[in-house]
Amino acid sequence: MTWSDDQPMVSIKDLHKSFGALEVLKGVSMDVMKGEVICIIGPSGSGKSTLIRCINALNDIQQGSILVEGREVNDHKLDKLELRKKVGMVFQQYNLFPHKTALENIMMAPLLVLKQEKAEVEKLARQLIKKVRLEGKEDNYPGELSGGQQQRVAIARSLAMNPDVMLFDEVTAALDPETVNEVLSAIKELAQDGMTCMLVTHEMAFAREIADHIYFTDRGVIVEHGPPDTFFDDAKDPRTIEFLGQIL
Amino acid sequence: MEAFYEWARVLYETTGINLPFIYDSYDRGRMIDGFFMTVKLSVICLFFSVIIGIIGAWLQNSPLKWTRRIVNGYIQLFRNTPPLVQLYFFYFAISTLLPKVTNEYGGQEPILGGFTWAVISLSFFAGAYNVEIFRSGIEAVPDSTIEAAEALGFTRLHIYKDITLPLAFRVVLPALNNNLVNLVKTTTLAYAIAVPEMLYEANQIWSDNVNVTEMMIFMLLTYFVLVGILVWGMNKWERALKIPGFGA
Ligand SMILES: Nc1ncnc2c1ncn2[C@@H]1O[C@H](COP(=O)(O)OP(=O)(O)O)[C@@H](O)[C@H]1O
Ligand SMILES: [Mg+2]
Repeated sequence: MTWSDDQPMVSIKDLHKSFGALEVLKGVSMDVMKGEVICIIGPSGSGKSTLIRCINALNDIQQGSILVEGREVNDHKLDKLELRKKVGMVFQQYNLFPHKTALENIMMAPLLVLKQEKAEVEKLARQLIKKVRLEGKEDNYPGELSGGQQQRVAIARSLAMNPDVMLFDEVTAALDPETVNEVLSAIKELAQDGMTCMLVTHEMAFAREIADHIYFTDRGVIVEHGPPDTFFDDAKDPRTIEFLGQIL
Repeated sequence: MEAFYEWARVLYETTGINLPFIYDSYDRGRMIDGFFMTVKLSVICLFFSVIIGIIGAWLQNSPLKWTRRIVNGYIQLFRNTPPLVQLYFFYFAISTLLPKVTNEYGGQEPILGGFTWAVISLSFFAGAYNVEIFRSGIEAVPDSTIEAAEALGFTRLHIYKDITLPLAFRVVLPALNNNLVNLVKTTTLAYAIAVPEMLYEANQIWSDNVNVTEMMIFMLLTYFVLVGILVWGMNKWERALKIPGFGA
Protein backbone atom coordinates (compact mmCIF):
# COMPACT_ATOMS: atom_id res chain seq x y z
CA MET A 1 0.00 0.00 0.00
CA THR A 2 1.33 3.41 -0.89
CA TRP A 3 0.76 6.32 1.38
CA SER A 4 0.56 9.91 0.26
CA ASP A 5 0.36 12.91 2.50
CA ASP A 6 -3.26 13.69 1.71
CA GLN A 7 -4.01 10.62 3.83
CA PRO A 8 -3.66 10.69 7.62
CA MET A 9 -0.10 10.41 8.81
CA VAL A 10 -1.31 8.56 11.88
CA SER A 11 -4.63 6.79 11.70
CA ILE A 12 -5.95 5.00 14.77
CA LYS A 13 -9.08 2.87 14.50
CA ASP A 14 -10.94 1.17 17.34
CA LEU A 15 -7.78 0.64 19.39
CA HIS A 16 -8.05 -1.69 22.38
CA LYS A 17 -5.27 -2.27 24.84
CA SER A 18 -5.26 -4.25 28.08
CA PHE A 19 -2.68 -4.92 30.74
CA GLY A 20 -3.75 -8.35 31.92
CA ALA A 21 -7.38 -8.06 32.94
CA LEU A 22 -7.28 -4.26 33.00
CA GLU A 23 -8.60 -2.76 29.80
CA VAL A 24 -6.92 0.61 29.49
CA LEU A 25 -7.97 1.64 25.98
CA LYS A 26 -11.50 0.73 24.98
CA GLY A 27 -11.83 1.59 21.33
CA VAL A 28 -9.95 4.77 20.52
CA SER A 29 -9.95 6.29 17.04
CA MET A 30 -8.28 9.41 15.68
CA ASP A 31 -6.64 10.69 12.52
CA VAL A 32 -3.69 13.05 12.40
CA MET A 33 -2.76 14.72 9.13
CA LYS A 34 0.73 15.77 8.13
CA GLY A 35 1.69 19.04 9.79
CA GLU A 36 -1.13 18.84 12.30
CA VAL A 37 -0.65 19.37 15.99
CA ILE A 38 -3.02 17.49 18.25
CA CYS A 39 -3.21 17.57 22.02
CA ILE A 40 -4.55 14.82 24.23
CA ILE A 41 -5.79 15.86 27.63
CA GLY A 42 -7.58 13.98 30.36
CA PRO A 43 -7.37 12.83 33.94
CA SER A 44 -4.43 10.80 35.15
CA GLY A 45 -4.84 7.09 34.50
CA SER A 46 -7.17 7.62 31.56
CA GLY A 47 -4.76 5.92 29.15
CA LYS A 48 -3.03 8.86 27.48
CA SER A 49 0.50 7.51 27.86
CA THR A 50 -0.63 4.06 26.81
CA LEU A 51 -2.16 5.49 23.64
CA ILE A 52 0.98 7.44 22.76
CA ARG A 53 3.22 4.45 23.46
CA CYS A 54 1.16 2.19 21.21
CA ILE A 55 1.92 4.44 18.25
CA ASN A 56 5.64 3.64 18.28
CA ALA A 57 5.10 0.04 19.43
CA LEU A 58 6.48 0.49 22.94
CA ASN A 59 3.19 -1.12 23.94
CA ASP A 60 1.62 -3.90 21.93
CA ILE A 61 -2.01 -3.81 20.91
CA GLN A 62 -4.74 -6.39 21.40
CA GLN A 63 -7.26 -5.16 18.89
CA GLY A 64 -7.75 -2.43 16.34
CA SER A 65 -5.41 -0.70 13.96
CA ILE A 66 -2.77 1.99 13.96
CA LEU A 67 -1.48 3.09 10.60
CA VAL A 68 1.62 5.25 10.52
CA GLU A 69 2.10 6.57 7.00
CA GLY A 70 -0.08 3.71 5.84
CA ARG A 71 1.90 0.97 7.65
CA GLU A 72 0.10 -1.19 10.17
CA VAL A 73 1.68 -1.11 13.62
CA ASN A 74 -0.52 -3.95 14.92
CA ASP A 75 1.32 -6.55 12.86
CA HIS A 76 3.73 -9.16 14.18
CA LYS A 77 5.85 -8.68 11.08
CA LEU A 78 6.19 -4.98 11.82
CA ASP A 79 9.65 -3.56 11.14
CA LYS A 80 10.06 -1.66 14.39
CA LEU A 81 13.20 0.05 13.22
CA GLU A 82 11.41 1.53 10.18
CA LEU A 83 8.56 2.69 12.43
CA ARG A 84 10.89 4.29 14.94
CA LYS A 85 12.78 6.17 12.25
CA LYS A 86 9.50 7.88 11.42
CA VAL A 87 8.21 8.42 14.93
CA GLY A 88 10.13 10.44 17.50
CA MET A 89 9.26 10.35 21.17
CA VAL A 90 9.95 12.58 24.14
CA PHE A 91 9.21 11.32 27.65
CA GLN A 92 8.14 12.97 30.87
CA GLN A 93 11.38 11.97 32.62
CA TYR A 94 13.65 12.98 29.67
CA ASN A 95 15.42 9.58 29.86
CA LEU A 96 18.72 10.88 28.54
CA PHE A 97 21.70 8.53 28.52
CA PRO A 98 23.48 9.65 31.70
CA HIS A 99 26.94 8.50 30.61
CA LYS A 100 26.91 10.58 27.42
CA THR A 101 27.29 14.33 27.02
CA ALA A 102 24.46 16.41 25.58
CA LEU A 103 26.09 16.31 22.15
CA GLU A 104 26.76 12.56 22.34
CA ASN A 105 23.16 11.91 23.39
CA ILE A 106 22.02 13.59 20.19
CA MET A 107 24.62 11.88 18.00
CA MET A 108 24.17 8.33 19.20
CA ALA A 109 21.09 7.23 17.27
CA PRO A 110 22.11 8.69 13.89
CA LEU A 111 25.50 7.00 14.28
CA LEU A 112 24.35 3.60 15.54
CA VAL A 113 20.92 3.27 13.98
CA LEU A 114 21.17 5.23 10.74
CA LYS A 115 24.92 4.55 10.37
CA GLN A 116 25.58 8.08 9.20
CA GLU A 117 28.98 9.73 8.87
CA LYS A 118 30.39 11.00 12.16
CA ALA A 119 31.30 14.45 10.80
CA GLU A 120 27.84 14.90 9.30
CA VAL A 121 26.15 13.79 12.48
CA GLU A 122 28.19 16.12 14.60
CA LYS A 123 27.30 19.04 12.37
CA LEU A 124 23.63 18.15 12.64
CA ALA A 125 23.87 17.72 16.41
CA ARG A 126 25.44 21.16 16.80
CA GLN A 127 22.66 22.69 14.70
CA LEU A 128 20.07 20.98 16.87
CA ILE A 129 21.76 22.16 20.07
CA LYS A 130 21.48 25.66 18.68
CA LYS A 131 17.87 25.14 17.69
CA VAL A 132 16.93 24.22 21.26
CA ARG A 133 19.11 27.09 22.57
CA LEU A 134 21.70 25.07 24.42
CA GLU A 135 24.89 26.44 22.92
CA GLY A 136 27.70 25.98 25.39
CA LYS A 137 26.12 22.89 26.96
CA GLU A 138 27.37 20.46 24.31
CA ASP A 139 29.90 18.80 26.58
CA ASN A 140 27.83 18.72 29.74
CA TYR A 141 26.47 15.45 31.08
CA PRO A 142 22.72 15.18 31.74
CA GLY A 143 23.41 15.21 35.48
CA GLU A 144 24.88 18.69 35.09
CA LEU A 145 21.82 20.14 33.33
CA SER A 146 18.54 21.43 34.70
CA GLY A 147 15.31 19.56 33.94
CA GLY A 148 14.33 22.01 31.25
CA GLN A 149 17.75 21.78 29.62
CA GLN A 150 17.68 17.99 29.74
CA GLN A 151 14.26 17.94 28.16
CA ARG A 152 15.47 20.16 25.33
CA VAL A 153 18.39 17.80 24.75
CA ALA A 154 15.84 14.98 24.62
CA ILE A 155 13.86 16.86 21.98
CA ALA A 156 17.02 17.48 19.96
CA ARG A 157 18.01 13.81 20.35
CA SER A 158 14.70 12.76 18.90
CA LEU A 159 14.86 15.30 16.07
CA ALA A 160 18.30 14.02 15.07
CA MET A 161 16.56 10.96 13.65
CA ASN A 162 14.63 13.29 11.35
CA PRO A 163 11.21 11.85 12.26
CA ASP A 164 7.94 12.60 10.48
CA VAL A 165 5.85 12.60 13.66
CA MET A 166 6.81 13.62 17.18
CA LEU A 167 5.13 12.22 20.26
CA PHE A 168 5.34 14.18 23.52
CA ASP A 169 4.12 12.55 26.72
CA GLU A 170 3.65 15.19 29.43
CA VAL A 171 7.11 16.50 28.73
CA THR A 172 6.78 19.47 31.07
CA ALA A 173 5.09 17.65 33.95
CA ALA A 174 8.35 16.94 35.80
CA LEU A 175 9.81 20.41 35.32
CA ASP A 176 10.18 23.35 37.67
CA PRO A 177 7.63 26.02 36.72
CA GLU A 178 10.32 28.45 35.59
CA THR A 179 11.74 26.02 33.04
CA VAL A 180 8.42 24.90 31.56
CA ASN A 181 8.30 27.77 29.09
CA GLU A 182 11.70 27.12 27.54
CA VAL A 183 10.54 23.61 26.64
CA LEU A 184 7.14 24.75 25.43
CA SER A 185 8.67 27.33 23.15
CA ALA A 186 10.99 24.71 21.67
CA ILE A 187 7.92 22.60 20.88
CA LYS A 188 6.06 25.59 19.52
CA GLU A 189 8.87 26.36 17.09
CA LEU A 190 8.81 22.78 15.94
CA ALA A 191 5.09 22.93 15.34
CA GLN A 192 5.49 26.17 13.44
CA ASP A 193 8.14 24.53 11.26
CA GLY A 194 5.43 22.10 10.19
CA MET A 195 6.30 19.07 12.30
CA THR A 196 3.40 16.71 12.92
CA CYS A 197 3.01 16.57 16.69
CA MET A 198 0.93 14.55 19.12
CA LEU A 199 1.14 15.89 22.64
CA VAL A 200 -0.20 14.70 25.94
CA THR A 201 -0.25 17.79 28.12
CA HIS A 202 -1.76 19.48 31.12
CA GLU A 203 -0.76 22.93 29.87
CA MET A 204 -4.16 24.12 28.75
CA ALA A 205 -3.19 27.58 27.55
CA PHE A 206 -0.41 26.04 25.52
CA ALA A 207 -2.70 23.40 24.06
CA ARG A 208 -5.18 26.03 23.08
CA GLU A 209 -2.48 28.09 21.41
CA ILE A 210 -0.76 25.44 19.33
CA ALA A 211 -3.22 22.61 18.79
CA ASP A 212 -5.24 22.13 15.63
CA HIS A 213 -7.36 19.60 17.42
CA ILE A 214 -7.89 18.58 21.02
CA TYR A 215 -8.91 15.16 22.32
CA PHE A 216 -10.24 14.57 25.79
CA THR A 217 -9.84 11.04 27.14
CA ASP A 218 -11.41 9.50 30.20
CA ARG A 219 -11.21 5.87 31.30
CA GLY A 220 -9.92 4.62 28.00
CA VAL A 221 -12.26 6.36 25.59
CA ILE A 222 -12.25 9.66 23.77
CA VAL A 223 -15.10 11.52 25.37
CA GLU A 224 -14.97 14.63 23.26
CA HIS A 225 -12.79 16.26 20.65
CA GLY A 226 -12.71 19.35 18.49
CA PRO A 227 -10.77 22.43 17.50
CA PRO A 228 -9.42 24.30 20.54
CA ASP A 229 -11.87 27.18 20.60
CA THR A 230 -14.91 24.95 20.37
CA PHE A 231 -13.40 22.49 22.80
CA PHE A 232 -12.52 24.97 25.53
CA ASP A 233 -15.44 27.37 25.17
CA ASP A 234 -18.18 25.05 24.16
CA ALA A 235 -17.56 21.62 25.69
CA LYS A 236 -20.63 19.40 25.66
CA ASP A 237 -19.80 16.36 27.70
CA PRO A 238 -20.24 16.75 31.49
CA ARG A 239 -16.97 14.91 32.12
CA THR A 240 -15.06 17.37 29.94
CA ILE A 241 -16.74 20.29 31.61
CA GLU A 242 -15.92 18.95 35.05
CA PHE A 243 -12.28 18.32 34.09
CA LEU A 244 -11.86 21.76 32.53
CA GLY A 245 -13.50 23.28 35.58
CA GLN A 246 -10.90 21.70 37.84
CA ILE A 247 -7.93 22.54 35.70
CA LEU A 248 -8.64 26.06 34.48
CA MET B 1 72.03 -5.15 42.58
CA GLU B 2 75.15 -7.19 43.29
CA ALA B 3 75.43 -5.41 46.63
CA PHE B 4 71.86 -6.37 47.45
CA TYR B 5 72.50 -10.03 46.60
CA GLU B 6 75.62 -9.90 48.74
CA TRP B 7 73.67 -8.36 51.60
CA ALA B 8 71.22 -11.31 51.57
CA ARG B 9 74.13 -13.74 51.66
CA VAL B 10 75.70 -11.93 54.61
CA LEU B 11 72.30 -11.80 56.30
CA TYR B 12 72.09 -15.57 56.02
CA GLU B 13 75.62 -16.16 57.26
CA THR B 14 75.31 -13.80 60.23
CA THR B 15 71.67 -14.28 61.36
CA GLY B 16 70.52 -17.52 59.72
CA ILE B 17 67.64 -15.71 57.94
CA ASN B 18 67.72 -17.49 54.61
CA LEU B 19 66.55 -15.65 51.50
CA PRO B 20 68.03 -17.77 48.66
CA PHE B 21 65.66 -16.23 46.09
CA ILE B 22 67.76 -13.09 46.44
CA TYR B 23 71.35 -14.28 46.59
CA ASP B 24 71.08 -17.52 44.64
CA SER B 25 70.71 -16.95 40.91
CA TYR B 26 68.94 -20.28 40.32
CA ASP B 27 66.35 -19.70 43.04
CA ARG B 28 66.03 -16.10 41.93
CA GLY B 29 65.16 -17.33 38.46
CA ARG B 30 62.52 -19.68 39.88
CA MET B 31 60.95 -16.93 41.94
CA ILE B 32 60.83 -14.51 39.02
CA ASP B 33 59.31 -17.18 36.76
CA GLY B 34 56.76 -17.96 39.44
CA PHE B 35 55.91 -14.31 39.85
CA PHE B 36 55.32 -13.82 36.15
CA MET B 37 53.34 -17.05 35.96
CA THR B 38 51.04 -15.73 38.70
CA VAL B 39 50.66 -12.41 36.91
CA LYS B 40 49.98 -14.14 33.59
CA LEU B 41 47.46 -16.52 35.13
CA SER B 42 45.73 -13.65 36.92
CA VAL B 43 45.50 -11.39 33.89
CA ILE B 44 44.21 -14.12 31.57
CA CYS B 45 41.65 -15.33 34.14
CA LEU B 46 40.54 -11.76 34.90
CA PHE B 47 39.97 -11.21 31.21
CA PHE B 48 38.02 -14.40 30.56
CA SER B 49 36.01 -14.19 33.78
CA VAL B 50 34.81 -10.71 32.85
CA ILE B 51 33.93 -11.89 29.33
CA ILE B 52 32.03 -14.83 30.84
CA GLY B 53 30.26 -12.41 33.18
CA ILE B 54 29.18 -10.11 30.35
CA ILE B 55 28.01 -12.88 28.03
CA GLY B 56 26.35 -14.81 30.86
CA ALA B 57 24.39 -11.77 32.01
CA TRP B 58 23.28 -11.21 28.41
CA LEU B 59 22.17 -14.84 28.09
CA GLN B 60 20.33 -14.63 31.41
CA ASN B 61 18.00 -12.13 29.77
CA SER B 62 17.45 -14.38 26.79
CA PRO B 63 13.85 -15.01 25.78
CA LEU B 64 14.73 -18.73 25.55
CA LYS B 65 13.90 -20.57 28.75
CA TRP B 66 16.58 -23.23 28.31
CA THR B 67 19.32 -20.71 27.74
CA ARG B 68 18.43 -19.04 31.03
CA ARG B 69 18.28 -22.39 32.81
CA ILE B 70 21.69 -23.46 31.58
CA VAL B 71 23.25 -20.18 32.68
CA ASN B 72 21.60 -20.45 36.09
CA GLY B 73 22.72 -24.06 36.44
CA TYR B 74 26.28 -23.05 35.64
CA ILE B 75 26.19 -20.28 38.24
CA GLN B 76 24.81 -22.56 40.96
CA LEU B 77 27.32 -25.30 40.19
CA PHE B 78 30.35 -23.04 40.31
CA ARG B 79 29.27 -20.97 43.27
CA ASN B 80 28.25 -23.88 45.43
CA THR B 81 31.31 -26.09 45.02
CA PRO B 82 34.89 -25.51 46.22
CA PRO B 83 37.18 -24.08 43.55
CA LEU B 84 39.84 -26.69 44.34
CA VAL B 85 37.36 -29.47 43.58
CA GLN B 86 36.46 -27.71 40.35
CA LEU B 87 40.12 -27.51 39.40
CA TYR B 88 40.68 -31.22 40.10
CA PHE B 89 37.50 -32.03 38.23
CA PHE B 90 38.79 -30.31 35.10
CA TYR B 91 42.38 -31.46 35.45
CA PHE B 92 41.79 -35.09 36.38
CA ALA B 93 38.27 -35.92 35.21
CA ILE B 94 37.70 -33.90 32.04
CA SER B 95 41.31 -34.09 30.94
CA THR B 96 41.30 -37.90 30.85
CA LEU B 97 38.22 -37.90 28.64
CA LEU B 98 40.01 -35.86 25.99
CA PRO B 99 42.30 -37.36 23.34
CA LYS B 100 46.04 -37.50 24.05
CA VAL B 101 48.74 -36.14 21.83
CA THR B 102 52.23 -37.46 21.18
CA ASN B 103 54.96 -35.19 22.48
CA GLU B 104 58.39 -34.56 21.03
CA TYR B 105 59.89 -37.54 22.90
CA GLY B 106 57.26 -39.90 21.51
CA GLY B 107 55.37 -40.13 24.80
CA GLN B 108 51.64 -39.58 25.29
CA GLU B 109 50.52 -36.41 27.01
CA PRO B 110 47.20 -34.66 27.63
CA ILE B 111 46.10 -32.28 24.89
CA LEU B 112 45.71 -29.46 27.42
CA GLY B 113 48.28 -28.78 30.12
CA GLY B 114 47.87 -27.72 33.72
CA PHE B 115 48.11 -24.03 32.91
CA THR B 116 45.26 -24.20 30.39
CA TRP B 117 43.09 -26.13 32.82
CA ALA B 118 43.80 -23.63 35.54
CA VAL B 119 42.74 -20.81 33.20
CA ILE B 120 39.54 -22.63 32.23
CA SER B 121 38.64 -23.65 35.75
CA LEU B 122 39.41 -20.35 37.48
CA SER B 123 37.78 -18.28 34.73
CA PHE B 124 34.56 -20.25 35.06
CA PHE B 125 34.78 -20.02 38.83
CA ALA B 126 35.16 -16.24 38.94
CA GLY B 127 32.90 -15.89 35.87
CA ALA B 128 29.97 -17.41 37.76
CA TYR B 129 30.21 -14.61 40.31
CA ASN B 130 30.72 -12.04 37.57
CA VAL B 131 27.46 -13.07 35.85
CA GLU B 132 25.58 -12.35 39.07
CA ILE B 133 27.46 -9.10 39.57
CA PHE B 134 26.73 -7.88 36.05
CA ARG B 135 23.12 -8.96 36.36
CA SER B 136 22.64 -6.85 39.47
CA GLY B 137 24.14 -3.90 37.60
CA ILE B 138 21.90 -4.46 34.61
CA GLU B 139 18.86 -4.54 36.86
CA ALA B 140 19.91 -1.17 38.25
CA VAL B 141 19.62 0.45 34.80
CA PRO B 142 16.16 2.04 34.63
CA ASP B 143 13.69 0.57 32.12
CA SER B 144 12.87 4.10 31.03
CA THR B 145 16.43 4.65 29.80
CA ILE B 146 16.25 1.43 27.80
CA GLU B 147 12.88 2.48 26.45
CA ALA B 148 14.29 5.77 25.22
CA ALA B 149 16.90 3.83 23.27
CA GLU B 150 14.22 1.52 21.88
CA ALA B 151 12.17 4.50 20.79
CA LEU B 152 15.23 5.74 18.89
CA GLY B 153 15.42 2.44 17.03
CA PHE B 154 18.42 0.89 18.82
CA THR B 155 18.80 -2.87 18.36
CA ARG B 156 18.92 -5.17 21.38
CA LEU B 157 22.65 -5.58 20.92
CA HIS B 158 23.30 -1.84 20.72
CA ILE B 159 21.18 -1.23 23.79
CA TYR B 160 23.20 -3.83 25.69
CA LYS B 161 26.58 -2.73 24.44
CA ASP B 162 26.19 1.05 24.43
CA ILE B 163 23.63 1.76 27.16
CA THR B 164 23.09 -1.09 29.60
CA LEU B 165 26.66 -2.33 30.00
CA PRO B 166 28.39 1.03 30.38
CA LEU B 167 25.84 2.07 33.01
CA ALA B 168 25.79 -1.31 34.75
CA PHE B 169 29.58 -1.37 34.75
CA ARG B 170 29.81 1.78 36.79
CA VAL B 171 27.31 0.47 39.30
CA VAL B 172 29.08 -2.86 39.80
CA LEU B 173 32.74 -1.79 39.76
CA PRO B 174 33.14 -2.07 43.56
CA ALA B 175 31.64 -5.59 43.61
CA LEU B 176 33.63 -6.54 40.53
CA ASN B 177 36.84 -5.33 42.16
CA ASN B 178 36.12 -7.53 45.12
CA ASN B 179 35.61 -10.59 43.00
CA LEU B 180 38.69 -9.93 40.88
CA VAL B 181 40.80 -9.56 44.03
CA ASN B 182 39.45 -12.92 45.13
CA LEU B 183 40.36 -14.39 41.79
CA VAL B 184 43.97 -13.27 42.05
CA LYS B 185 44.17 -14.87 45.47
CA THR B 186 42.54 -18.04 44.16
CA THR B 187 45.21 -18.47 41.45
CA THR B 188 47.35 -20.04 44.21
CA LEU B 189 45.14 -23.13 43.84
CA ALA B 190 46.85 -23.81 40.52
CA TYR B 191 49.71 -25.00 42.76
CA ALA B 192 47.63 -28.13 43.34
CA ILE B 193 47.94 -29.19 39.70
CA ALA B 194 51.61 -28.22 39.52
CA VAL B 195 51.27 -25.01 37.55
CA PRO B 196 54.58 -23.31 38.36
CA GLU B 197 53.09 -20.13 39.78
CA MET B 198 54.52 -18.20 42.67
CA LEU B 199 53.41 -20.42 45.56
CA TYR B 200 54.56 -23.54 43.71
CA GLU B 201 58.01 -22.07 43.12
CA ALA B 202 58.20 -20.93 46.73
CA ASN B 203 57.48 -24.50 47.77
CA GLN B 204 60.30 -25.75 45.52
CA ILE B 205 62.65 -23.28 47.14
CA TRP B 206 61.74 -24.12 50.72
CA SER B 207 62.01 -27.85 49.96
CA ASP B 208 65.59 -27.29 48.83
CA ASN B 209 66.57 -24.82 51.52
CA VAL B 210 64.42 -25.74 54.52
CA ASN B 211 63.44 -22.09 55.03
CA VAL B 212 59.67 -22.35 55.05
CA THR B 213 59.22 -19.50 57.57
CA GLU B 214 61.10 -17.00 55.45
CA MET B 215 59.36 -18.17 52.28
CA MET B 216 55.91 -17.90 53.77
CA ILE B 217 56.57 -14.40 55.09
CA PHE B 218 57.83 -13.46 51.67
CA MET B 219 54.77 -14.99 49.97
CA LEU B 220 52.39 -13.14 52.28
CA LEU B 221 54.09 -9.80 51.58
CA THR B 222 54.32 -10.40 47.83
CA TYR B 223 50.62 -11.22 47.50
CA PHE B 224 49.82 -8.26 49.72
CA VAL B 225 51.67 -5.94 47.36
CA LEU B 226 50.33 -7.61 44.22
CA VAL B 227 46.70 -7.39 45.32
CA GLY B 228 47.36 -3.88 46.62
CA ILE B 229 48.44 -2.81 43.15
CA LEU B 230 45.29 -4.32 41.65
CA VAL B 231 43.04 -2.58 44.17
CA TRP B 232 44.83 0.70 43.61
CA GLY B 233 44.45 0.38 39.83
CA MET B 234 40.77 -0.52 40.06
CA ASN B 235 40.02 2.38 42.39
CA LYS B 236 41.74 4.73 40.01
CA TRP B 237 39.69 3.31 37.18
CA GLU B 238 36.50 3.70 39.21
CA ARG B 239 37.27 7.35 39.66
CA ALA B 240 38.16 7.85 36.01
CA LEU B 241 34.81 6.38 34.93
CA LYS B 242 32.82 8.56 37.25
CA ILE B 243 30.30 10.73 35.42
CA PRO B 244 29.45 14.18 36.74
CA GLY B 245 25.98 14.10 38.23
CA PHE B 246 25.52 10.34 37.97
CA GLY B 247 25.57 7.77 40.73
CA ALA B 248 26.55 8.13 44.34
N1 LIG C 1 2.89 -1.53 32.06
C1 LIG C 1 1.70 -1.49 32.69
N2 LIG C 1 1.24 -2.59 33.33
C2 LIG C 1 0.04 -2.58 33.96
N3 LIG C 1 -0.77 -1.52 34.01
C3 LIG C 1 -0.38 -0.39 33.39
C4 LIG C 1 0.88 -0.32 32.70
N4 LIG C 1 1.00 0.93 32.19
C5 LIG C 1 -0.11 1.59 32.54
N5 LIG C 1 -0.95 0.82 33.25
C6 LIG C 1 -2.26 1.21 33.78
O1 LIG C 1 -3.02 1.70 32.71
C7 LIG C 1 -3.80 2.80 33.11
C8 LIG C 1 -3.54 3.97 32.18
O2 LIG C 1 -2.24 4.41 32.38
P1 LIG C 1 -1.59 5.58 31.53
O3 LIG C 1 -1.74 5.27 30.09
O4 LIG C 1 -0.23 5.77 32.05
O5 LIG C 1 -2.51 6.81 31.92
P2 LIG C 1 -2.23 8.36 31.80
O6 LIG C 1 -1.00 8.55 30.99
O7 LIG C 1 -3.45 8.90 31.15
O8 LIG C 1 -2.07 8.87 33.19
C9 LIG C 1 -3.49 3.06 34.56
O9 LIG C 1 -4.49 2.46 35.34
C10 LIG C 1 -2.19 2.35 34.77
O10 LIG C 1 -2.07 1.88 36.08
MG1 LIG D 1 0.86 9.41 31.46
